[in-house]
Amino acid sequence: MALYDVIFYLFATIVLVSAGGVVFSRKMMYSAFSLLFTFFGVSGLYVLLSADFIAVTQIMVYVGGILVLIIFGVMLTTKITGVDIKSGTLGAFQMGIAGLASLAIAVFMIIMSMNTQWMQKDPLAETSTTVEAIGGLLFTEYLLAFGVAAILLLVAFIGAALIARRK
Amino acid sequence: MGIGLTHYLIISILLFALGVFGIATRKNAILVLMGLELILNSANINFIAFARFGGMNIEGHVAVIFVIILAAAEVAVALAIILNIYQNFRHVDVDEINQLKD
Repeated sequence: MALYDVIFYLFATIVLVSAGGVVFSRKMMYSAFSLLFTFFGVSGLYVLLSADFIAVTQIMVYVGGILVLIIFGVMLTTKITGVDIKSGTLGAFQMGIAGLASLAIAVFMIIMSMNTQWMQKDPLAETSTTVEAIGGLLFTEYLLAFGVAAILLLVAFIGAALIARRK
Repeated sequence: MGIGLTHYLIISILLFALGVFGIATRKNAILVLMGLELILNSANINFIAFARFGGMNIEGHVAVIFVIILAAAEVAVALAIILNIYQNFRHVDVDEINQLKD
């Protein structure tokens, strides 16, 4: 049990520190690479929550797909690579207001989550893998949503290619 | 005290607050998109944590899969739009973009 705690705090630190890097870093490339570590840390948390399939999907889709797209976006929309990739920031007053607002959100929700008596059940006997259960559910109860999601992905990618095309 | 549901909820809340702060303060459109990704990840952590501590309920995992699908589609379309904005304005500063067409 102690090992579980240590690993949890390790991944929690990775997630929060690198998410802070995404938000506070001055250079866009640093933000993009901090986002990489955030995704890996979240994937580690999924493993700790015994969601093996979701953890692998997180790495494959977020790191392999979304992050690569974002880095492409960073490199295609900055003029000179490596020199002037900086992001503009707001004035101190607006930064303060945004910081106070998000801090208030965090404090309020943490107090709420600690004072709520969540309905919890003991987990069933440790299953070896979740893939079979997920697949069964996707192709029975969520079959319509699955098909709609497939069509949505197709439409989104065709639309993206059409929009991004040079005139 | 072992690691329980509340620990994961607090991680997720802090990630959400960081994402909100990023969206509110960043001017570059791609950095706003990164803040959005942080918020989606915090929602996913919530889904998986409740699935785990609610008796290994697999429906939470299915919800996370749909969120990931939507995030992929959203990022693809958003980056296409951002590239178009860059071609028209030569920057992607969301404060300065005020025209839908030339």
